[in-house]
Amino acid sequence: MQAFTSIARASKRSVLRSANWRTVAAYTTHVPPNVAPGQTTQSQESTKTHFGFRNVLESEKEQLVGKVFANVAEKYDIMNDAMSGGVHRLWKDHFIRSMAPGPGTKLLDVAGGTGDIAMRFLDYCKNIHNDSSASVKMIDINPHMLKVGEQRFQATPYANTNQVSFLVQNAEDLADIPDESVDVYTIAFGIRNCTHVDRVVKEAHRVLKKGGRFMCLEFSHVENPVVSKIYDFYSFDVIPALGQMIANDRESYQYLVESIRQFPTQPAFAKIIRDAGFSTVGKGWEDLTFGVAAIHSGFKI
Amino acid sequence: MSLFKLAIRSHIRRLRLQQSPFIGCSALRRFNSTWTTTDEDYQQPGQLYETHIPISNTQRVILAAGSAVTALVDPYRGDMIATLGETTGQRFLSSIRDQMLQDRTGRRILRTRPVINSKVLDLDKLRQLPSDTFGSQYVGWLDKEGVTPDTRSPVQFVDDEELAYVMRRYRECHDFFHTLTGLGVTVEEELALKWFEWVQTGLPMTMLSSLFGPLRLTHGERRRLFMDYVPWAIQCGASAKPLMNVYFEEMLDQPIFKVRKELGIFLPPNHIVH
Repeated sequence: MQAFTSIARASKRSVLRSANWRTVAAYTTHVPPNVAPGQTTQSQESTKTHFGFRNVLESEKEQLVGKVFANVAEKYDIMNDAMSGGVHRLWKDHFIRSMAPGPGTKLLDVAGGTGDIAMRFLDYCKNIHNDSSASVKMIDINPHMLKVGEQRFQATPYANTNQVSFLVQNAEDLADIPDESVDVYTIAFGIRNCTHVDRVVKEAHRVLKKGGRFMCLEFSHVENPVVSKIYDFYSFDVIPALGQMIANDRESYQYLVESIRQFPTQPAFAKIIRDAGFSTVGKGWEDLTFGVAAIHSGFKI
Repeated sequence: MSLFKLAIRSHIRRLRLQQSPFIGCSALRRFNSTWTTTDEDYQQPGQLYETHIPISNTQRVILAAGSAVTALVDPYRGDMIATLGETTGQRFLSSIRDQMLQDRTGRRILRTRPVINSKVLDLDKLRQLPSDTFGSQYVGWLDKEGVTPDTRSPVQFVDDEELAYVMRRYRECHDFFHTLTGLGVTVEEELALKWFEWVQTGLPMTMLSSLFGPLRLTHGERRRLFMDYVPWAIQCGASAKPLMNVYFEEMLDQPIFKVRKELGIFLPPNHIVH
């Protein structure tokens, strides 16, 4: 009897964490419980959205995410390696290879943060095409992350060239980027932190030239039930513990794993990309590591 | 009222306490922190007190092992030592709580749940006391080391709210132990105090610190630790009154030699009290 109750308790815990949460309408805003379903909420500021598994006001979410990334900025790269066992490097390499940029490409790397994608892009153009005219503009809403990126670039041969520039911008409103000015738009592991995912994709559509490509690398939904169980255990039991031990910041990593669960599934996100005006090839995405990460791609045709 | 009815009522009350921690009834208000969180509809399943983070058993094992290693590698990570104590201390916190229940003052402490921080203890008033009193020596020690009673990490991983209080009381009394034993904050003196606490409480975290902490010392420090401090710690810890049962806040205006005599604490030999 005791064995049965302990199994029941364990499965209840895992149910609370895994499948049920994902079936919650992940990207639409949550209606606060004291508002009747028929009523509309007063103004933009009083609508609630998700912050991991919590409900917060939309106006607060940006600030809360900002605090998370200000806290994790210093140890961001170490934690990425610790959490993914170095696999994130393989994902990013594959991302750039599948982008296959030509010489002279202008890249807009949004939520570029510490500069992993930008650096790989410039290295690819230099090594494969022997090209130094490719340029990347790195955008991030968080100045701490951008500062870490600038410091990392100082140690590379691109340090004082005009191939890389840095700008603090909000991905939902790229005020300083003119229309139809970039060839490729990338956002790697950043879009799930944005309050309005659809606005980000619409802005991407605005700034891309005709024929330009939108590419998004993001954590996604694991279909395979065996891998999903292992992944859930790893996300909820190992990663916050790692965050506490290495970075002394449990809450930020708890938010990170919860925000992954709240992000739309691959087909839902591909639909958002198509709704913004992009054309997708085939399914529109490619799963990496059983769906732990996924590359979504759309062309502005 | 018959004994049977009494038993039923207390059982129902216990169930209610477990299931609905946010009802503000008087029995729950004894827990001195506030119940409201910043996000009212967010409550992790199984959260028993405000700073509680419920974790699975596997995560507990990972955290215990990982925090032990991290604390050894970087001794300045006090939060890792705190986590180690919380993840490993369940059984021993129960036995400390049972020991407190057998003593009159211990029962009073569990009932009233005093907390020690700079809002509750009036440090300025303590500074006014004559210099040979416990309170004056305590606040003098705090000022000299440049610490306040607010620097203790909150209890997060203990899965019982009464034991979480016992853990919190143990942490908050640590500075009182420093004052009573006359030990400072050098590494070997902290380790000596950990040996003393190991004998007094039996907590696995104190055991691990006592056995593995000395690995980081120089030869001279280790010799001083094991020749002078550890024999004293074991003798004094074993013969002193169980310090978790002592209501330190009520003894702050008494002369310190009297407090030491009453509690059965004697100073370490060859030791210059700072």
